[in-house]
Amino acid sequence: MSFLVDNFTLLRDGFLTTLSLALLSGLLALLLGTVLAAMRVSPVLALRGLATFYVEAFRNTPLTVIFFFLVFGIVYIDLQFPTKFVAAVAALSLYTAAFVCEAVRSGINSVSTGQAEAARALGLDFRQSLTTIVLPQAFRTVIPPLGNVWIALAKNTSIAAGFAVTDLTAVLSRLANANGDQILAVFAAVVAAYLIITLSSAWGFSVLERKLAIVR
Amino acid sequence: MTDVQTGDPLVRLSGVNKWFGSLHVLQDVDLTIDRGEVVVVIGPSGSGKSTLCRTINRLESIEQGEITIDGVKLPEEGKALAALRSDVGMVFQSFNLFAHKTILENVTLGPVKVRGKSKAEAEKRARELLDRVGVGHQADKVPAQLSGGQQQRVAIARALAMDPKVMLFDEPTSALDPEMINEVLEVMVSLARDGMTMVVVTHEMGFARRAANRVVFMDAGRIVEASDPETFFTAPSSDRAKDFLSKILNH
Repeated sequence: MSFLVDNFTLLRDGFLTTLSLALLSGLLALLLGTVLAAMRVSPVLALRGLATFYVEAFRNTPLTVIFFFLVFGIVYIDLQFPTKFVAAVAALSLYTAAFVCEAVRSGINSVSTGQAEAARALGLDFRQSLTTIVLPQAFRTVIPPLGNVWIALAKNTSIAAGFAVTDLTAVLSRLANANGDQILAVFAAVVAAYLIITLSSAWGFSVLERKLAIVR
Repeated sequence: MTDVQTGDPLVRLSGVNKWFGSLHVLQDVDLTIDRGEVVVVIGPSGSGKSTLCRTINRLESIEQGEITIDGVKLPEEGKALAALRSDVGMVFQSFNLFAHKTILENVTLGPVKVRGKSKAEAEKRARELLDRVGVGHQADKVPAQLSGGQQQRVAIARALAMDPKVMLFDEPTSALDPEMINEVLEVMVSLARDGMTMVVVTHEMGFARRAANRVVFMDAGRIVEASDPETFFTAPSSDRAKDFLSKILNH
């Protein structure tokens, strides 16, 4: 187990890279996905169409392909991300936003129409009734599916390893190469590091779910 | 059908037609409601009475005709429609209190978000209104902790907090247990006595007799007959209304 001590810095940095990839992409995907969900239920046909197109485009494209495009493809249209890390965050957020959108939209649909009607009857406009009445209730019901999306995202960050981002998976292959005799221990260490992220968030989501439950 | 009108008109529906697909739910509806008038709309289920009520604040759109409130034609959408709706109170069959807000927040939300009132001012008025409908001591609970009758009284207070020009009641007691119907009707009767303009879709004939200035009877999307409650209940002119009344009043 001495390699753990020897490579502590490498493991720690890989862990922090994976964690920040997940957190940044998760936050951006939550914002973008919510806006997309709002567009998908908006009365404006063009917004609905645009959001639907986005969702179908991104959730039906393999994440690796999106990575390839954002890292190598966009160079051909004279664009480039400042670092591979930023490109990875972009790929993960754009992809995950499509799934967040659909989860949030299912939550919006689960709020009874009477809630929005009551809001409109009071004189709230579409944006106000969505942000003050519908979304706050929708989010409470979509915490479990959002938890799924988040955990999938945390694991999807590993694709960044293939694009020169030194995350946990990149650390895994580096350590496995250097410590061929202790390969099971290397795997165990990296899996444990992933579990720290995913299990603690699963626990966090269940706490959130209980705290925010609405009495109906 | 003739409307006997005296005061100044507040809500006017003329030539209103609406279809749900191929179903013609409102057919050439003309109705004028005066300021301070209480109009009770009755009729068999599927007659279009709820739809009629919901067109007045455009929760249902109409395909033909015109609806004006206080001389202003109902806007089709956007800010103008929202502004007009803020002057039209609505009470729903299923209460529709905001499930994630407290009773007090339910009543202050409109005044704060739509009217731009300060929170303190809105809360003061909300507490007065909640006291008036008899649920003042429940202000900090959430809707699910209240009985149906209490929730519906909160819903009335929520609508009143906007100081509406007219109140629409869409079967306000139909989802209530029998012993809770009266507590809601009492609040409505007192509103009527205070001069609120009201359109009430209901099956409560007792309320119609006590509080209505006019009873409108609908069947198959049309207004079949409209008259004062005494005339309507004792000497209905249409066969359809006679038939309807015989079915609901004889047991």
